[in-house]
Amino acid sequence: MEPIGAYIHIPFCVKKCPYCDFYSLPLNEELVSAYVFSLCKNIKDLSRVYEREIDSIYFGGGTPNLIGVDNIGRILDAVHCGFKVLNPEITVEINPSAHTNIDFRKLKNTGVNRLSIGMQSINDNELFNLGRRHNSHDIKQTLYKAKNAGFYNISLDVMLALPNQKDEDLINSLSFCVENNLPHVSAYLLKIEKNTDFYKIKNILPLPDEERTADLYLLASDYLTSRGYEHYEISNFCRKGMESRHNLKYWNCDEYLGFGSSAHSFMNGKRFYYPRSIEKFIENPVYVMDSTGGDTKEFCMLRLRLAEGIKNEEYKQRFGENIPDIYYDRARKYVDSGLVSVDESGINLTPRGFLVSNALVVDIIY
Amino acid sequence: MSDKKKFIRNFSIIAHIDHGKSTLADRILELSGAVSNREMEDQLLDNMDLERERGITIKSHAVTFQYHADDGQNYTFNLIDTPGHVDFNYEVSRSLASCEGAVLVVDASQGVEAQTLANTYLALDSGLEIVPVLNKIDLPSADPDRVCKEIEDIIGIPAEDAPRVSAKSGLNVKDVLESIVKLIPAPKGKTDAPLKALIFDSLYDSYKGVIAYVRIVDGKVKVGDKIKFMASGAEFIVTECGILRATDLDPIGTLSSGEVGYIAASIKTISTSRVGDTITLAENPADEPLPGYRAVNPMVFCGVYPSDGSKYPDLRDAIEKLKLNDAALTFEPETSTALGFGFRCGFLGLLHMEIIQERLEREYNLDIITTAPSVIYKITKTDGETVLIDNPTNYPDSAVIASAQEPMTDAHIYSPSDYIGNIMELCQDRRGIYIGMDYIDTDRVDIHYKLPLNEIVYDFFDALKSKTRGYASFDYELDGYKKSDLVKLDIMLNGEVVDALSFIIHKDKAYERGRKMAQKLKEKIPRQLFEVPIQACIGGKIIARETVKAMRKDVLAKCYGGDITRKKKLLEKQKEGKKRMRQLGNVEIPQDAFMSVLKLDGE
Repeated sequence: MEPIGAYIHIPFCVKKCPYCDFYSLPLNEELVSAYVFSLCKNIKDLSRVYEREIDSIYFGGGTPNLIGVDNIGRILDAVHCGFKVLNPEITVEINPSAHTNIDFRKLKNTGVNRLSIGMQSINDNELFNLGRRHNSHDIKQTLYKAKNAGFYNISLDVMLALPNQKDEDLINSLSFCVENNLPHVSAYLLKIEKNTDFYKIKNILPLPDEERTADLYLLASDYLTSRGYEHYEISNFCRKGMESRHNLKYWNCDEYLGFGSSAHSFMNGKRFYYPRSIEKFIENPVYVMDSTGGDTKEFCMLRLRLAEGIKNEEYKQRFGENIPDIYYDRARKYVDSGLVSVDESGINLTPRGFLVSNALVVDIIY
Repeated sequence: MSDKKKFIRNFSIIAHIDHGKSTLADRILELSGAVSNREMEDQLLDNMDLERERGITIKSHAVTFQYHADDGQNYTFNLIDTPGHVDFNYEVSRSLASCEGAVLVVDASQGVEAQTLANTYLALDSGLEIVPVLNKIDLPSADPDRVCKEIEDIIGIPAEDAPRVSAKSGLNVKDVLESIVKLIPAPKGKTDAPLKALIFDSLYDSYKGVIAYVRIVDGKVKVGDKIKFMASGAEFIVTECGILRATDLDPIGTLSSGEVGYIAASIKTISTSRVGDTITLAENPADEPLPGYRAVNPMVFCGVYPSDGSKYPDLRDAIEKLKLNDAALTFEPETSTALGFGFRCGFLGLLHMEIIQERLEREYNLDIITTAPSVIYKITKTDGETVLIDNPTNYPDSAVIASAQEPMTDAHIYSPSDYIGNIMELCQDRRGIYIGMDYIDTDRVDIHYKLPLNEIVYDFFDALKSKTRGYASFDYELDGYKKSDLVKLDIMLNGEVVDALSFIIHKDKAYERGRKMAQKLKEKIPRQLFEVPIQACIGGKIIARETVKAMRKDVLAKCYGGDITRKKKLLEKQKEGKKRMRQLGNVEIPQDAFMSVLKLDGE
């Protein structure tokens, strides 16, 4: 059996960012202790249900560094106790202010070997407008300290299509990643989600229009790929071989177990999650069944997020048949306009196709 | 005259829309005790939700009740409520022909309006005694003396003794009943002559079959009689007959001269029992039918399609059911490359069309798409043949058209004089021919135009209302055909003609309309994965062009912590949205794009 991934959700933030709709709460020491305790128990309980090997552990949030290195260590101990952990990639999402509250050497000693830093932008004016508490100095400090402690596998988040974003602004942030020789960049398009502060003021935000947004996205793709990065997933770039192991599990339709409130799992063909309530999770974690997963449509939908696309060989291995002809027929309609590539080995989207991937997937697969 | 007949009064109530006809009918029924308070609902005679909501009467209704008059006698009153709209003019005329008198309700603040006149003339044509009534006298703006004079001046009937009532509060409504007793004559007619019963309405009941509402002019009829419909020639045995109570049928078994009631005879199709036809006895038939019968023909046509193609059988069932109660509605199957399978339906007018559309949607829970309304054009071909065209799809190639004619109307608009400029501007814009203008009083005018019918069927009412802040009233009748410079305007999407969007239009207006339609479609058609050109053209010549640019961005950038279900749901929703679109070649068009191009004016 293939090893699975473990996702651990840490729902604490110093302050909610105005564009973020992830589950998070203000930091509270007592709550943190109780939550970490429940997480460890949850890991232990699920390890008895799923006797599987783990090769990736991911701390997402929220702001996972807020719970402190000791707590991260406790949680990792629980994982090691319950599961067989093989040569793992262990990622922690941290924010750029982490240099003020994290001992990176200690963090390294817990076994964490990858950091994902929520930089968003290197431009102070953009950071201010995004309501972020950090500035470019914090980013540099955190990066410096992390590298000094021996972290090399680092990913930076860059946000695209910010209000009033100019080409130079975006290139500034991207060139910062390139110059620091970072192996991984996540470049997300800003999306105005309901129930966020940005949503309330979306009509007055000077957001770029559809054309401009698309241009910024393609600019990022061209800029990074011409500098040795692979645009391996809709929103992710990496140096060769440096893909995020955890995220690949999502897009490969592989299995993962999520621990903590609002954490999602995919195991044995079932998708389920814990509700967005830390209190409920602490009291008694009960997961909610979501949907069945792993069918052909879902597999194709997920795999088309990857530059690799749907490979005939893998499709055959997984489902015992070739990619349906109808998918090919529909995909071919978009080859001339440069949205899709089709060949013997399979179907994949181009960067321009990524930009309209919802419409393409609905047309080709659904 | 038999004593029985002496105490019968058959009457209608006629009024302009909103002048309080249905409310007055309610009060009269209440006062006479024809309905108990328990049964009393506002606008009792307006059975359909649609009638109550819009405050209009669509179907004719009739009710029989007793009134104990001040002279100590009991009278049988037959109130025949008529539709108040020009689309149903013929039905109105038949209802009026079933009466000896009409109560003319005039709003004491608004005065005489277009439909007041039209309906009064219809009543006078039928030789009816008119009983004017001033309503809404409790309104602060009521000016009964002025309106009284207006009635006398414009209509030419005495109105000084007209009851001044408030149907809403019930004030003086009894005076109306007394006036009916005194002023409206008792019915004439011979009870011992062969049966002549005038059908003034009919409806379909799933148990009894067609129920014909009749006024017995001569003779009598009873259960078991073999009857004959003189226009259609069909014969049936009467299974039930009786009078119409306010809330139910009362099968008393026999009807005779002067009475109003219903006849049921296990009749399966409503077209057998058409409004205006005469029923007689098969064994002892009348020599000739009552005058005035004509088959009403639809004037306005449009395609009706289910939004969801799989609902075609449901749509067919629904239209067939509506047809059971509506002899004037016509339909035949039609196919469109854009909209699939549907029906070409014919209507008496725009209101009739709207009512049918609304009933399909509300009573039968169907989502429908309708195409642009069309009228009947007369096309003379170069080979001398004349064809009638009610569907743009069948419009001949311009090369074989020698001449084209379009139906005209004779239209009157009543309005405060402040809006003369606006109204004339609107009528000129609609290719109207000015006939004349009369002052009704110092500040109200009757503007008389000849207007092409096809200019009225596109939201003329809405435009008139908005240009006169709702103060103008409008009435028209058909007035023959006129030679016209017509063209067929086609819309092409991605190079393909969309048949459901084609229509016939005057050449001078084609350019502007084509341009507006292309703009509107650009607004309504969402970006697709490729560029979509929209072109308006006349016979291959492109007169307007717009482009829907290719979609640039439609992506979910984030994965939301492995929440794949959320993403799947989003894509499924998107797929559902796609299904609701119409697929035309490669292009997806939202349903409302078809409707939106029908209402372009005033923008």
